[in-house]
Amino acid sequence: MRMKTALAVATAALLGLTACGSGDDPAPTDTGPVSLRMTIWTANEAHLKLFNEIAGEYKAAHPNVTEIKFDSLPFDTYTTALTTQIAGGNQPDLAWILENSAPDFVSSGALVPLDDTLKKTPGYQFEDLGASPMKLWQQQGKLYAYPFSTSPFGVFVNNDLVKKAGKPTPAELIAAGNWTWDTALQTASAVNAATGKAGLVVRDFDYKSWQNLASFWGGWGAQAWSADGKTCGFDKPEMVEAMTTLHKAIFTDKALPGPGVSADFFAGDAAMTITQISRASLLKNQFGWDLVPLPKGKVGDYAVFGQAGIGVFKKGKHAAAAQEFLAFMTSPANSAKLAAYFPPPRTSQQTAETLAKTNPLLKPDQLQKVVVDGIAKGAVGPSHAGFAELSQTVRASLDPLWQPQADVKAVLSGVCAKIAPQLAKA
Amino acid sequence: MRLSSKTADRLAGWLFIAPQLAGSAVFVFAPLCMVLWYSLHEWNVLADSFEFVGADNYQALLDDPSLPSVLRATGIFSVGLVVFNLSLALLLAVLLNQRLRGLAVYRTLFFSPVVVSLVAWTIVWGFLLQSNGGVNGLLQAVGIEGPNWLRTGPTAMVSVIAVQVFKNVGLNMVLFLAALQGVPGELYEAAQLDGASAWTRFRRITVPMISPTILLTSIITVVGSLQVFAQIAVLTQGGPGTSTTVLVYYLYQQAFQFHHFGYGSTLAILLFVIVLALTLVQWQLRRKWVVHEQ
Repeated sequence: MRMKTALAVATAALLGLTACGSGDDPAPTDTGPVSLRMTIWTANEAHLKLFNEIAGEYKAAHPNVTEIKFDSLPFDTYTTALTTQIAGGNQPDLAWILENSAPDFVSSGALVPLDDTLKKTPGYQFEDLGASPMKLWQQQGKLYAYPFSTSPFGVFVNNDLVKKAGKPTPAELIAAGNWTWDTALQTASAVNAATGKAGLVVRDFDYKSWQNLASFWGGWGAQAWSADGKTCGFDKPEMVEAMTTLHKAIFTDKALPGPGVSADFFAGDAAMTITQISRASLLKNQFGWDLVPLPKGKVGDYAVFGQAGIGVFKKGKHAAAAQEFLAFMTSPANSAKLAAYFPPPRTSQQTAETLAKTNPLLKPDQLQKVVVDGIAKGAVGPSHAGFAELSQTVRASLDPLWQPQADVKAVLSGVCAKIAPQLAKA
Repeated sequence: MRLSSKTADRLAGWLFIAPQLAGSAVFVFAPLCMVLWYSLHEWNVLADSFEFVGADNYQALLDDPSLPSVLRATGIFSVGLVVFNLSLALLLAVLLNQRLRGLAVYRTLFFSPVVVSLVAWTIVWGFLLQSNGGVNGLLQAVGIEGPNWLRTGPTAMVSVIAVQVFKNVGLNMVLFLAALQGVPGELYEAAQLDGASAWTRFRRITVPMISPTILLTSIITVVGSLQVFAQIAVLTQGGPGTSTTVLVYYLYQQAFQFHHFGYGSTLAILLFVIVLALTLVQWQLRRKWVVHEQ
């Protein structure tokens, strides 16, 4: 009896090991009950309601899929939490991926190439996906994550505060052909002087998430690093000029709230904020507001957009089912629904009319100028292999800049000296 | 089969400590061995690669240009915390050991932060320490322009230490209070008859009599200070620059943010060695410090 038990245990262990060892095999088609999990960084009720509606339709058509769970992780530590789950062997089936960590995920080999599944899905219209939004998520011609959101940065304006300061509104400045960083910062400074409220807030920057400043320095044609990721751009003349302007705006003109000062535009504490259209859901009509494109910079009109992709993990429990669900979730019909919050990569849907149907808060003109034109002429924010480490080094070396007496040029040269070894590894 | 009484006793002893032993094995010794094992590997979570690299991570530790500043920040934090925490705890304990009206209220007040969630406590302090926050508002009310606490190196470190001290000083205060109440009153009476001043009585009677508690609290505080994480993560994220990047936060960055799990494990081993060494030193010095150990 004892021998039989020992044999049974040994056989079970062997079977278990064999199962563990088969991780590199292609994922089999799921036939049994399937439970899918997607990690996301939004906890917005409206977003979750839409996702659950789409998931509900999918489950109705696929009885073997018993559950599709959207697992909200905090945005600030999203990538860290996701990689910790992966390290613990608890990877989700699908995950949202931030644009700045796209190079790490795309090149890691952890994600399933999606082209075949998407192309063979009836009615998917794969060729409708724009080349520009897809670029960051491809490697050697294969798509490793679907860029479900390509969202340009725009400027939300509290017209009531601007008028109270006796300044023309940004819409009036645009009409006069005078919506530039000079006039924008003058307006912001005037609001602060007249009302005590903050002028301009670069949302989520907080003197730490420096990558959000790309929406500002893009106006001078500056970049954090070269397109191939090998050369530092912080010490280039255009960056020095942009950051000198920003430093003066913060510490001399008080156009932006200084370090350690909080001001929430959506609570009516600031005249303007740079952010993406998905934040429009935070507006509660407490004040007269507008959404306008980024002001003209030294290089003229420009735009910067942020992106988010959805990837399927090779080692997820149900990789095949996850790909099929992704194809359903991003089909032309569902993509149009998602466009209410996340501008889609589908060229046919990047029109003001399509976006207006699902964005009742925003006028077609605002959507055309900020979103449609923004995607067409914009560039994606900074991203790089090993971004988290690089970003931390930049953050630490930029800290001396956020002092009133800072030597802007010296600090920016210091940033390049610090990150050069990391860029060289790229 | 009958067991001899000696074997039965031994077995019973093992059975009694088995739950504790199993817990320690699963949650302390096994993870410790795994961390040691990981420290000998380069582990890329995303690429799912786990490659044996021998002592490379330990060599990288010696060559790491960031490590001196990390150890310096850790040392400053630990020394600041231990000195500030123990001094304040002892002062409060001595004050609250007097016959005062509303004594229980004061004791509860000083102890209450200990039971508050650490992260909630730190987030509230994060708001208070902002440039336009409550602390500077209070200072402004008395005509002082406060600094931007969390945005310059020295004040950021002071802020992080103070937030931690105010959170946990109540625990040490209670321990000191219990020790103070155990000091026989006759000793003070005898010293008073001999004409000893209050300071002499404190130095010659109180401190020696509560020295076992001072040793205990100092070990707890030193070990705790080396493990500080939440306050740094919430208040400063290691900045400004790297002025508050202490060892545990650096370990977290390397392992969980930068995905260098092998090197992160090496830093964890370094932390273990430092804690072990400091505890052993304190334990050895107890003969000199602690009255009852002589």
